[in-house]
This record gives sequence, structure tokens and C-alpha cells, in this order.
Amino acid sequence: MQLAPPAGGAFDPGAEAARATEAILHDTLHGTHRGVVVDSPPGAGKSTLVVRAARELAAAGRPLMVIAQTNAQVDDLVLRLAEKDPKLPVGRLHSSDPDPYDKALDDLPNVRKSTKAGDLAGLDVVISTAAKWAHVKVDQLDAPWGHAIVDEAYQMRSDALLAVAGLFERALFVGDPGQLDPFSIVGAEQWAGLAYDPSASAVTTLLAHNPELPQHRLPVSWRLPASAAPLVSGAFYPYTPFRSGTDHGDRALRFAVASDGSAADRVIDEAAEAGWGLLELPARNTPRTDPEAVGALARVVRRLLDRGGAATSERGPGPAPLTADRIAVGTAHRDQAAAVRAALADLGVRDVTVDTANRLQGREYDVTVVLHPLSGRPDATAFHLETGRLCVLTSRHRHACIVVCRAGVDTLLDDHPSTEPVQLGVTVKFPDGWEANHAVLARLAEHRVRWSG
Amino acid sequence: MSLIDGLARLEAVSTGRAQPRATARHRHLSQRPLVLVPLTTAGEAGAPLGALVGTERTSPRLLVVPQPRDRDLRFAFLSELAEIVLPYVDSFAGDVEAAERSETDPETSKRVKVEVELCADAPQLIVPSRAGIEFVRLLGRSMRFRRTAEQDPDAPYPAPPRVPLLGRWLTHFGERARVPGSSLLLAMTELLSRHWATGQSSLEDQHLGALLAWIEAPEGTSGAEAAFRAELARDEAGQLLCPPAGPATDPAFDNTLLAPAMERYDRARSALAAAEDGVAADVGLAALTAAEQEIHALIDSRTRPTWDAVWRGLDALCTLPVAAHDADRWTRDRWSFTGHRDRVVAGEPPQPRVDDAVTAANKLATREREQSRLEAQEALDDPLVMAGRRLAGEAFAGEVTEVVMAYSEAKSPRPRPLVTVRTDDRPHLGERTKVYRALGGKPQTAEFVAYEGEGVVVLRLTDKMGRGKEPDPGSVPEKGDRICWTLFEHEQRGGPKLPDPEETPWTHGGPPAETAERPDPVTAEDTL
Repeated sequence: MQLAPPAGGAFDPGAEAARATEAILHDTLHGTHRGVVVDSPPGAGKSTLVVRAARELAAAGRPLMVIAQTNAQVDDLVLRLAEKDPKLPVGRLHSSDPDPYDKALDDLPNVRKSTKAGDLAGLDVVISTAAKWAHVKVDQLDAPWGHAIVDEAYQMRSDALLAVAGLFERALFVGDPGQLDPFSIVGAEQWAGLAYDPSASAVTTLLAHNPELPQHRLPVSWRLPASAAPLVSGAFYPYTPFRSGTDHGDRALRFAVASDGSAADRVIDEAAEAGWGLLELPARNTPRTDPEAVGALARVVRRLLDRGGAATSERGPGPAPLTADRIAVGTAHRDQAAAVRAALADLGVRDVTVDTANRLQGREYDVTVVLHPLSGRPDATAFHLETGRLCVLTSRHRHACIVVCRAGVDTLLDDHPSTEPVQLGVTVKFPDGWEANHAVLARLAEHRVRWSG
Repeated sequence: MSLIDGLARLEAVSTGRAQPRATARHRHLSQRPLVLVPLTTAGEAGAPLGALVGTERTSPRLLVVPQPRDRDLRFAFLSELAEIVLPYVDSFAGDVEAAERSETDPETSKRVKVEVELCADAPQLIVPSRAGIEFVRLLGRSMRFRRTAEQDPDAPYPAPPRVPLLGRWLTHFGERARVPGSSLLLAMTELLSRHWATGQSSLEDQHLGALLAWIEAPEGTSGAEAAFRAELARDEAGQLLCPPAGPATDPAFDNTLLAPAMERYDRARSALAAAEDGVAADVGLAALTAAEQEIHALIDSRTRPTWDAVWRGLDALCTLPVAAHDADRWTRDRWSFTGHRDRVVAGEPPQPRVDDAVTAANKLATREREQSRLEAQEALDDPLVMAGRRLAGEAFAGEVTEVVMAYSEAKSPRPRPLVTVRTDDRPHLGERTKVYRALGGKPQTAEFVAYEGEGVVVLRLTDKMGRGKEPDPGSVPEKGDRICWTLFEHEQRGGPKLPDPEETPWTHGGPPAETAERPDPVTAEDTL
């Protein structure tokens, strides 16, 4: 899918993004609606927007609460707020478990931490997870907060919003609709089609009941390179396209050590050049922790580190070394991640992040190496076809993404058209996982390197 | 499917006999269950065709609707069903014990203990298959909003007296069956496939006859062949030797036996209605009775094998010892039963057509909690289930090889002993991963410190060692102890309290409307 060129001359990503941000802040600060929804594609500056909106609300004398989904996200927001504005009084509401927050917060003089919302009353910004906020009762507060910011709202479940919505008058909902939907460990078909289906995402419920709320979208991904944005946008955001903030040639990935001609090195070179690389193993049905694929994947990571990579980007004047902390490995299942970790340890690789799609959400790396969710499978289940999973895995990188996969996934997809039952009243979700998988595979096939063992 | 289940199925294929998936019975079985084998009419949603029902293995009651499209006959069937189910349910309502429940005092808004009744036992319905549970739910929904002549003298088609109440109870059973680990309404196929693995797919396991064939196969015979026969073998007239457990019937039965019999019944009825004198009426009545008897015999022939199969399934399950946490889960079923008994007695209206936002969220939270609790309890009660979790890297068992006393760095140091465990399992342990072991029925927590070589795990105990500087005796493992540690929690925390339905926030559409939902002008039954 190609994007139409913007009308009226060249596309200026900075100006477009600034215009969108201004409109969002205007609706948040001066709008009459109780809610504002912002859709943000991967790496479009969502956290920057949240920090800026929080500071502007606080500066306007309107204290606010911020609701994030995980403790890591909360700590990250607190650190970003303190970095931008060290004098801003911030409250970190946390649980009473051991080590409830990042120790780095202890060094920030204007961040107060407590397990009780009452202790944090009067601070400009109070931040916590949805799970912790759910235990705060509105009658323990003097009054509900005037404002709230809900971060990662598409990953929040409707029932979690129900538990906290009484705490605020109005809210800014920010999130990425293309990532993984929230899930429940028991069936929830009973409520499918109801506007307040508790297993749906918070934004789905919010908009079903309040369709008049203004919806904005950030138009530029600053993370994804020019090679990746059109594919990710076309495959996963077919009706809400976005652009990359950088152009071809703005970024480069080079290696000091030349290729030794092995498949691992050739796929690395292909990905460094084109932004994508597909390392294809011979077709075979395998257990989930396919030892050969895991071995190939570990080998690629080892070579990425050994070959002395350097990443040039708009962020700095010179090339930055491609170190282990700038590389991530993504899988669909936890046992696959565990197998990869073990394989990497055997090759002496440390400090490379290895995790499932769920846990890689919201993170950013220079290079990612991905085990394709459908690799070696005899069937294509709804779990493995879920667009959000593939979207997360293929949109974490700033420079290049290498996918390791068994051959034959295209035939597998053709053999398993999606057969999920149609539920009355449920809005059909686009893109379809089947279609998105085919789109990504077709593109990857252009950058294929065959594994020779 | 987990790895251990895959292995069990492979073993079942190679041996030709079902393999155990559990060494204990993880669902409660009542001393006196009510078995219900319903049949439904093809092409007519929710129209019962007949049922075999009762608590006595040797003397079930056969209920038949000779013409399922006749509303009056359908009501007569439901009325008879109510006369069996409701007295059975009521027989558990009277026997109560005193219990305590914490409630919020409306005046002081403090949590206080209130003395309440808890039924000592609860009714249990057993149907052959999962589709049977759906059918119970559907019957409940079709009955609970009906009005009797007493409730509403103007109702155009008043329901027989006890039918709406039966609908409320069946709805309650159907809704409770969605809670993981509950046992008020059980499907025999699910009970059996929870405890045995066969060499066929889980879809094929939904055929009760085939599933039982795998489980009951005597030593030296092939369960696979017996299952194949149970599923597909037909007599010379083309009828299945082992009729499906229903509620749907075999199309060959519908077409060649049931439809002609119903046609004869319809003709006899018309002839009787058209009879002009006493003699003709006598002849007509005899023909009608004969036609009715024929349908009775047909329904009996199709429900009886399933009835027997359900009881044989119960026999098989009773060979397993009861799981330790069974009583705990059954107590929650008793609370559920007592709660609904009280709502009926208090004259509350039937369960609404759809849940409101708060009720739906509360139900989902409860079920997720029960699911986690069930998974943990099954593993703790049953070494075979725990083996599956160990194989999946979610638990590990091993021998304690060393215990080194250590203390926390707080102002008053607390004991934090380091325990070294040698294990052959391969758990997914990460930095500071929490692990748990059962200590006198309560979980004790430790955290992962490091690997000290292949299969040697160092853990730091963090709680349940008493208040003193020295740990309480018996609270720290000793060298040589064999302990199973789990990476999953043994007990579930309660979730947050949601707002009352009247305080549903604007994000979820505000409070639900006070007035009842308006029926669709064209199809008023849509509000059912």
C-alpha cells in the first residue's frame, strides 16, 4: 500500500507533528469535551506528548493524575517529567510490595513517593498504575481530580477503566491502536457486542459510549526508519497512515568487520542496507522452541555484536556503536524467549534484551531480531495471527529488523483463513491478521537469505 | 495444549487406551446428583424434544414432547421438568449451617461480620456434554421472563405455575457453570477429559460414547477401535449404534424414524379432533395414544444409552480420590446456591437479559481469579498436574543441599536464609523471580538469587519465619528436604472494589436505566 504524497509540496514531518500536538493540547486545555483520544503509531512521540500535556496542565494550575499500565511505564514517565522540569512537584503512588518503584526515583528531590493517595494530595502531578489507582476510593480524596491522562489506553481493559473513571472529571487518552489488545484468561464471549464489554479495550468502551469525543492522531513516527514506516503503516494502520520522521539516507548501519559469507552475515548486510532481512530456514513442522531456528537467531545476534556495528542517525553527529543494549530479540511465547536466552548464554552473549511481544511493547532498539510467530507451526491460530503481535515485533527498531522464519508460512496462511466466529454488535477490526501477515511476508521475501546450516 | 498433555495423548495413541491426566478428582461430585439427558428438535432453537432425568440410576423419568412445535406440549414438558428439578433443588435449601460473612454497614460504612445461613450442601446437575450446558442456559433464558396467569392475568400465553422459577434456577446453574472450578452444573465429557487423555482430538472428545470407549477399554483391547465404532457404526437400518449424547440428534434418526412417527401423531390428533361420534373418538384416541407411545419409545431408545454412559462416567470418576481443595471450591458453590435461594425467597426479579457494566466487570474479575486459583490448587493437590507445570518451567522440585543463614540489611535485621536446591527441572527463573512453596497449607515466598552451576538454584527465603531474629522452628527447610517450588502464586489476591451500578461513570455510559428495556416493536420476544 502506497501513501499519497501530501498535497501542496513536500511533507515536513516536524511541522506536521507540531500541528497535531498543538491541536491535541488545545482540546485538552480548552476543549469542552470530557475526553480526548489520541492514536499514536509506534515511536510517534507518545511519551513526549504525555509529558508535555502534563506540564502544561500543571502550569495552568490544574493538578492532574496520570494512569499508566505497568510500574516500568510509571517510573519512566516520572523520570521523563523530572528530566524536563526538575522543579515540578510529582507524586509517585506505589504498592506496598518490596521494591515497588525504580530506585532512580530516590535521587529526585521533587518526587514524593507513597502508598497512600492522601499523602500526595496537593502535588501537581500524581502518577501510578491503573491497578494501584483502582484501590483509591474517591471519598478518601477531597474531590475527584479535574484532569487525568491515561497512557497506553489501548492496552488498558475496559474493566480497569471502570474501576478508576470515578477519580477524574475529564481525561486525555493516549495509546497505540495497532499494538496488542488486552486479553482475559477466561472466555468473555458472553459480553461480546456490549458497549461496555469488560474484556474490550478502554478506548473501545469510551468511544462506544461517547462517540462525539475528539480523536486525534500523531502523524509521524520518529522511531521507524524510512524503510519500515510504509510497510508498518500499510499493513497495520491501513486507514490511518503515518510517515517516518526521517528520510532514506538519514540513517545508516555499517559494520567494521566484513561479511564472512555465512547466511547470518549476509542477512545482517541485507538488513543493514534495506532495513529488513529474512533469514529463511527449510520448511518443517517443529516444536515451539525450534532448536535450529533458535540457534540461527542466536548466531545472528552473536555476529551483530562481533562485527563492530555502528549506527548513524539524526540523533548525533557521528556513528554510535551498536552495543548489546541496543539490540533486542522478540518472540511470541515465553518458552521461546527462555530458549533464546539459553542459546545466547551458550554463545557468551549478555545484556541483549530477549522478551515476548507483550513485554517489548513501548520499547525501542536499533536492531531487532524476531522469531516469526508462525515459524514451523502446523496451524495458524488466532493468537499467532493477532496483528498486534506482529506489529509490536516489527516496529521496535530504529535501523533494521531481521526476521528468522521457517519457509512455508505463506502456504500455512493460505491453508488457515481466519475462522473466528462473528459476534453481533462487535465492530470488525482492521487490519485483519491474515492480510497483515501476508503483507509483511511479501515485503520480507524481497530480502530473503536462505540459512545453510 | 501443554507439553505433558501432548505426551499423554501420544501415549494413549500408542497404547490404544486413555492415559490419566490427574491422580485426584478435581471437580466435586455430589452424593446425589441430578442427571439430565436432554434432546432438542433439529432446526428449532430451544425446542425440547424430550429428556431423561432423575437422581436414581435405575429409574429415570422420561419426558417427551410428541410435537415440539406445539407450544402447549412444550409448556407441559417444562412443567413436568419443573416438578422434578425444583423439589430436588428445594431439598437442599432447608438444611443450613451458620456462617459469617463480612458486609459493609450502611451507617458506619465499616466492614462488619454478619451471621448468615449457608446451605450445608447444594444441588448438582450433570449433563452429558458441553452442548447440554448451553441447552440448560437456553432453556433458562426462554423461561425466566415468562409470566404465569397468577402473575399477570392478561398474559396471552400464560406459563404453567412453576415454569418461570425453573427458568431462574436453570439460568443460575448455567451462569455458575462459567466460573472455573465450579460444580453446580457439570458436563460429563468435560469431567472425563479433565481427568483422562485420549488418543483423539479434543473435538472428538466431545462425543461421550467415544470418550468413554477410550477410558473403559479393557487391558489388551484397543480403545481407539472401540471409539471409532462408538462414533460411526450403524445398524442395517442405517441408525447409529451409539446415539450422540445430544442435545442434537442424528439426522438419520430424525429423517427415517422421528419425522414419520411425528407425522402419524399429527394425523391421529387431527383425526381425533375431527371425530364426529363416540366410536370415532375412541378409535382416534387409541391411534393417538399408540402414536404417542411410539415417540416415547423412540426418545427412550436415544436417551437411554447416554443416560447409562453418564453413570458409567461417574463410576470411572469415583475411582479417583477427592482432591484436597475440592471442599474449598464446593463451599463457594454452596455460597452461590445459598445466594440465589435468598434472592428467590426475597422476591427479587429474574436475572436481567444482559449484565450491566459493573456486574459484567465483577463477573469477569471473579472468573479470572477462580481460574488462577483452580490452576494453582490442581497443581498443589496432584503431583501429575504439578509435573505438567514443572515440564512447562513453571515449577521445580529438588533436594535442599545447603542452607546458609543470612539477614536483611534493615535497622532490625530479619532472617533471610539462603537455600540451595539441586533440581533436574528447568524452571524459567529470572532476576529476583518469586517462588513459592506450601508450608503447613500456607505459601512461603522465596526469591531467586542465582544459579550455582547446572541445576543448582540458590533461593532467598523472605517470609513466614515469625517475628523474631531467629526463624521459627520448622519454617526454614533443612538439608536433604525435598521441596517443590512453584513460580505461580498459591493464593489469589482480591481485586479492587468497583463502583456500585448506580455510580457507573460516564466512560461506561453512566448508571443503567431504571426502567425495563423496551421490547422491539416487531419481535417482542427479543428482550428475553
